[in-house]
Amino acid sequence: MATNAEKDPVTGQYTTGHEWDGIKELNTPLPRWWMGVFYATIIWAIGYWVLYPSWPTLNGYWAGTLGWHSRSQVVQDIEQAKSAKAVYLAKIQEASLEDIVKDKDLLNFALAGGRSVFNENCAACHGVGGVGAYGFPSLADDQWLWGGTLDDVRTTITYGIRNSNPNSRQSEMPQWGGGDPLSDEELNNLAEYVLSLSKSSSDQAAAQKGLPIFAERCSPCHGEAGEGSQAVGAPALAAGIWLYKGKNQKAEIISQVKNPKGGVMPSWTDRGLDEATIKTLAVYVHSLGGGK
Amino acid sequence: MSSAKQTVLEPPPPSQRKVSLYAVHEKAYPRFLNKGTFRRLKWLVMAVLLGIFWIMPWVRWNRGLGAPDQAILLDLPGRRAYFFAIEIWPQEVYYLTGLLIIAALSLFFISALLGRVWCGFTCFQTVWTDLYVWIEQKFEGDRNRRMQLDKAPWTSGKILRKAGKHACWIVISLLSGWGMVLYFDNAPSVTRDLLTGQASINVYGFMALFSVFPYLLAGFAREQVCIYMCPYSRFQSAMFDEHSLIVSYEGWRGEPRGKLGGAVQGREAAQIFEGRGHCVDCKLCVQVCPTGIDIRNGSQLACIGCALCVDACDSVMDRLGLPRGLISYDSSFNQMARSRGDTSVKTRLWRPRTFIYLGMICLVGAVMVYSLSTRKTFDANVLHERSPVYVELSGNRIRNGYTLKILNMVRQEGHFRLSLEGVAGATMSVIGIDGDGRSTIDLTTGADEVGTYRLFVTAPKGSVTTKKADLTMVLTNLDTGRIIRHQNMFAGPGQE
Repeated sequence: MATNAEKDPVTGQYTTGHEWDGIKELNTPLPRWWMGVFYATIIWAIGYWVLYPSWPTLNGYWAGTLGWHSRSQVVQDIEQAKSAKAVYLAKIQEASLEDIVKDKDLLNFALAGGRSVFNENCAACHGVGGVGAYGFPSLADDQWLWGGTLDDVRTTITYGIRNSNPNSRQSEMPQWGGGDPLSDEELNNLAEYVLSLSKSSSDQAAAQKGLPIFAERCSPCHGEAGEGSQAVGAPALAAGIWLYKGKNQKAEIISQVKNPKGGVMPSWTDRGLDEATIKTLAVYVHSLGGGK
Repeated sequence: MSSAKQTVLEPPPPSQRKVSLYAVHEKAYPRFLNKGTFRRLKWLVMAVLLGIFWIMPWVRWNRGLGAPDQAILLDLPGRRAYFFAIEIWPQEVYYLTGLLIIAALSLFFISALLGRVWCGFTCFQTVWTDLYVWIEQKFEGDRNRRMQLDKAPWTSGKILRKAGKHACWIVISLLSGWGMVLYFDNAPSVTRDLLTGQASINVYGFMALFSVFPYLLAGFAREQVCIYMCPYSRFQSAMFDEHSLIVSYEGWRGEPRGKLGGAVQGREAAQIFEGRGHCVDCKLCVQVCPTGIDIRNGSQLACIGCALCVDACDSVMDRLGLPRGLISYDSSFNQMARSRGDTSVKTRLWRPRTFIYLGMICLVGAVMVYSLSTRKTFDANVLHERSPVYVELSGNRIRNGYTLKILNMVRQEGHFRLSLEGVAGATMSVIGIDGDGRSTIDLTTGADEVGTYRLFVTAPKGSVTTKKADLTMVLTNLDTGRIIRHQNMFAGPGQE
């Protein structure tokens, strides 16, 4: 207790009696209402200690008499969100893909839901917005390897491509550099011909020499005019869109002929997506711009 | 603390004394004088303003089916503001800016002419404080009795008086909060909901918030709001000049002041006031002042220009048989002239300053009227999609995606035609509308709605040689013929 409180001449108030380097402090007690509120919060806090999780104990913590837990709160929120979605998902489960697209409410739900599922599962390879990447086809353009109707897209997502699921889409491009090999010149001519299909060849003479090789070895799958075949996932070669796109496109074509690559896509039923979710995904992918 | 040794520090001599920045708050106990021109004017202004405040939300305005019929309504959830025939969308909030500029300029204008009349008569702080002080003196008596009552111990009589006052204050506060809420929702239904306990917690919360402010600001803070919180009091004096009519004490006539001596009776005023000023130092002007100042010290920051001291002084002058106007609305220029004995000077209302303020008000007002009368009834926003920026299609074509939003700001269905300019061979398709590769597309947007469309524009690779080409979307309102051109871009791979 300070004993040398003084009366300040300017304000007429007493000081606290302390002095720090000649600085004195006026004794201005907190207002009574403020103290009242302060004590009330202390009493309030005691109620909190009892009702809610508060004190650590030797082998755990005091859980509170209400049994409240932030984790169970989250679980409850998730359950609520799920049950709100369930109404729509049930409708989508029942409806055909064509009906979903026609119903404005279902379409909006499918697009919003499909987008988030796509970003979570598909965007890693196909890119956000289905932009595609080297070896991973763009889902926004007008070319499809395995078909671009709603139904085709759904089938591809459900079973995947070249995986262990018995229903997955299967095909394999033969290795033309192996058993019956093409010479380097023949490979060059063939590549020039393939380029000429999309009017991007720079050596018409070589392309002409490539025509018979293409007709014999490639056209059964890729089509006589390079239009491709969705039944076997053979890409169109005349569209000017390349799955394996490079700065030197001819080198990419020769490489694919010599050592063919075939992309693999997982079956998303095997990965745990349910039927309704896959439907929303198919509707979303179909809306990216290339849907047939 | 009682045992503490308490010494009194000697204050330094006046020559060394510094002006203290510390001011002890002294509660003002304004004396209530229910007579005089300006007191009557204040009652009238209060009645008109409070009347407008409480009646306005109940005025109806027919906007057709499905639209709110309240004349003044700020529909925050619906993102609309209604003011009679005018309906404002959120992006047109610059009309509010225009309104605020006009309000500020009007404040400057009226300050240059008549000083702080806004503060003294029309400011909501003044209006509500006036009402609360009137209630206070009804319960607790006038100035002296209130001062005594505050010092008196807590007896049942004091508790009753104080409780009655606070109850009345709270009722008016709640009515004020209710009045504010009415501007944000349909007045009749929100009132019914409030009374029946059906209103949402938001409505009750905002009503409580709007109620707390008058209670605290008009009941307790009062003149401290004007002196310490309000920015206007700090800069309004910059609008004054020597011709502004401000509430002022005519020192040339009042000084030297002094109390009236004993032998007054039976003598003429002219004899009594021979050789002295007309101010009898009765301090009535100080007692009636709502901010507790002495106007005889000259123009000061705390004076809100309410002119109650004019009424008070006039009543004293009448009793003494002296001419009114010892305290009056006067300009410093006039005062100077009168102190020289020149009574022929006229008040100059029109000065460059007032002309400029009025001119600016007219200019901003004209701009607002023009923009309101030629206001667009529709607008478009176009957002270029970024993932992917562009898509290469078969046949050497490029496609760009856009989100097109058409804002149809009228209460009828709108019909719009979209076409493109700037990129040769560009065609369009809109998701949900049949037909691909079209040069124009007709779109319909519902009444008072924002229509959102996913737009694809396709162009041959050859027509876009840069990574970014300019593309103009031309939207024609088929109902009015008005055209909006929206600049955007068309992205491509550039030259490969």
